[in-house]
Amino acid sequence: MGYPENPILVVIDVDPAGGVASSTGALIGAASTIGAPVALIVGGNLGATDAAAIAGAQVVLTAPGDPAALTVPITDALQAAYRQVKPDAVLISNSIAGRDVAGRLAVREKLAVSVDAIGVTRDQEGIVAHHSVYGGSFLTNSAPTHGTPVITVRQGAVGARADAATATVEELQVPASGAVAAVAGEITAVEQASSRPELRGASKVVSGGRGLGSKEQFVLVEQLADALGAAIGGSRAAVDAGYIPYAHQVGQTGVSVSPQLYVAVGISGAIQHRAGMQTAKTIVAINKDGEAPIFDIADFGIEGDLFAVVPQIIEALEARKK
Amino acid sequence: MKIYVLVKEVPDTYGDRKLDPETGLTDRATGDVVLDEITERALEVALCYADENPDTDVVALSMSPGSATASVRRALAIGAASAVHIVDEDLRGADLGLTAETLAAAIRRGEPDLVIAGNLSTDGSGGMIPAMLAEHLGYVQATALSAVEIGANSVTGTRSADAGTQEVAAPLPAVISITEALPDARFPNLKNTMAAKKKPLEVLSLADLGVSADPAAAPRTILTAVSEKPPRAAGIKITNDGDAAGQLVEFLMQNKLV
Ligand SMILES: Cc1cc2nc3c(=O)[nH]c(=O)nc-3n(C[C@H](O)[C@H](O)[C@H](O)COP(=O)(O)OP(=O)(O)OC[C@H]3O[C@@H](n4cnc5c(N)ncnc54)[C@H](O)[C@@H]3O)c2cc1C
Ligand SMILES: Nc1ncnc2c1ncn2[C@@H]1O[C@H](COP(=O)(O)O)[C@@H](O)[C@H]1O
Repeated sequence: MGYPENPILVVIDVDPAGGVASSTGALIGAASTIGAPVALIVGGNLGATDAAAIAGAQVVLTAPGDPAALTVPITDALQAAYRQVKPDAVLISNSIAGRDVAGRLAVREKLAVSVDAIGVTRDQEGIVAHHSVYGGSFLTNSAPTHGTPVITVRQGAVGARADAATATVEELQVPASGAVAAVAGEITAVEQASSRPELRGASKVVSGGRGLGSKEQFVLVEQLADALGAAIGGSRAAVDAGYIPYAHQVGQTGVSVSPQLYVAVGISGAIQHRAGMQTAKTIVAINKDGEAPIFDIADFGIEGDLFAVVPQIIEALEARKK
Repeated sequence: MKIYVLVKEVPDTYGDRKLDPETGLTDRATGDVVLDEITERALEVALCYADENPDTDVVALSMSPGSATASVRRALAIGAASAVHIVDEDLRGADLGLTAETLAAAIRRGEPDLVIAGNLSTDGSGGMIPAMLAEHLGYVQATALSAVEIGANSVTGTRSADAGTQEVAAPLPAVISITEALPDARFPNLKNTMAAKKKPLEVLSLADLGVSADPAAAPRTILTAVSEKPPRAAGIKITNDGDAAGQLVEFLMQNKLV
């Protein structure tokens, strides 16, 4: 079949139930700014195809995949899609699964790969990926010397969204590569689904650190987050101490966030933590140590005991709502 | 069993990290360099297995500038039996594709049963080299492991991925990557540091490996622009005298954040 002009092949992350992951809208949105989004869904359910079309995919390619085999079936499907569509670029979520697939495709098809883009554009010479590195202290652009770029896109970083499309759906014929895959067991979610906003891409984030002292007392962070309608994050010290799961770690080796409001509670502001949050629009810090480095980058700092201040903030916010 | 551990030298994150505005490459003149903490943890995984299985050969492999010898020696001091250091002027600014191709060539030479890497570099945050190596080598891949059990013929572990955790099992030969959830590396004591000076450290060039850095050979990713953002400045700071909460809520209202 024919594909639209300037096709951008987008690999949709699929959740264990077969639905599309929350990164879908932004990935297809990013693709739509540089060409025509063609989505690949491996192992998705019927709803996933619809969701991709609603997010703006003009063509949806599907393949069954195999949840018991790690990475290889998706790579095989992506390679088949790549050869068939001959896209101008391949966009993949900068998730763990996404990076693995991106790397393997790049090796198989000898393509240049760019990781963790916060945006993509097109100029006369082709497609450019934009990056924010070293905790947002530097902005860089990257491009391939030639050929189609494979680009992973940071989750929650792209604001562009495409208009819904009436997608043509095509089942892809996937020749097996024969590459040996690891045997993968069932995925257990680390935490219950919650009504709180997701950390990546959230407009407000409240994060807690070692200063909370215990898992029980970390509830204060949750209460403040709920009063603000914010997502929850934590420092590595809070994650290591078991106050909160790793998926909430903000920082260099965790999630990078750029919210409108970031509230750091009982966090010293180590450079590795700042690397994941210093591009926030407004930073609020609550810390009893007036010398804590977090105050160097805070727009509003409170030197004080968090156990005294945070309940008062929650109370003041609740009072305002009434 | 032969285990290759991929260790990498990175700018110390506790220091100021800079990119050279001309080249867009890491400016190695500012700040200190260290062995990437996650790659030390990868080494620890291999050494724990070697403690129990004395016929294990643990080799540290690094691709880095010639100036990184001290970091490679550190891997020997922590406990690797030997090291391979790939040094070549043509690798300056190598992208992920060239890095993977070069590391794969060195691994192919050593034919290990298992390759252990970190899940992501703390400088580049690529998080892609391990999967690329598996593809190059035809090894089985298991990435992002937060728990690892190495067996005689296979490696199993817990993969902490995006949607949750899952148990994975891979027959050898395999490439695995581990996360910072695994323990810190043991500390190199004085005795091991001295002993490390005598351990074999092989230095290889691209020619030794038969790899070409010529961009005509394969497409490369290049930096086309670099700019530095001005650092953030501190704003208002108050001491809590009882009404800090009220002042904060006022500030949030003025800034339309509540
Ligand atoms: C390679 C590498 C990667 C790393 N990656 C990350 C990362 O991704 N994310 C990350 O966060 N860290 C990361 N770290 C760790 C980082 O260096 C710090 O150790 C960590 O951020 C500290 O967390 P913290 O601020 O919660 O704890 P601490 O530094 O111990 O700070 C706790 C703060 O709480 C304050 N406090 C205590 N009690 C109270 C109270 N009652 N009221 C008010 N304030 C109080 C204290 O004054 C202190 O400032 C990394 C480190 C390395 C080496
Ligand atoms: N130049 C290198 N030398 C040795 N190992 C490396 C190098 N680059 C990456 N690695 C390994 O690959 C892992 C992931 O790196 P990256 O894909 O760059 O984030 C690291 O933790 C290292 O174990």
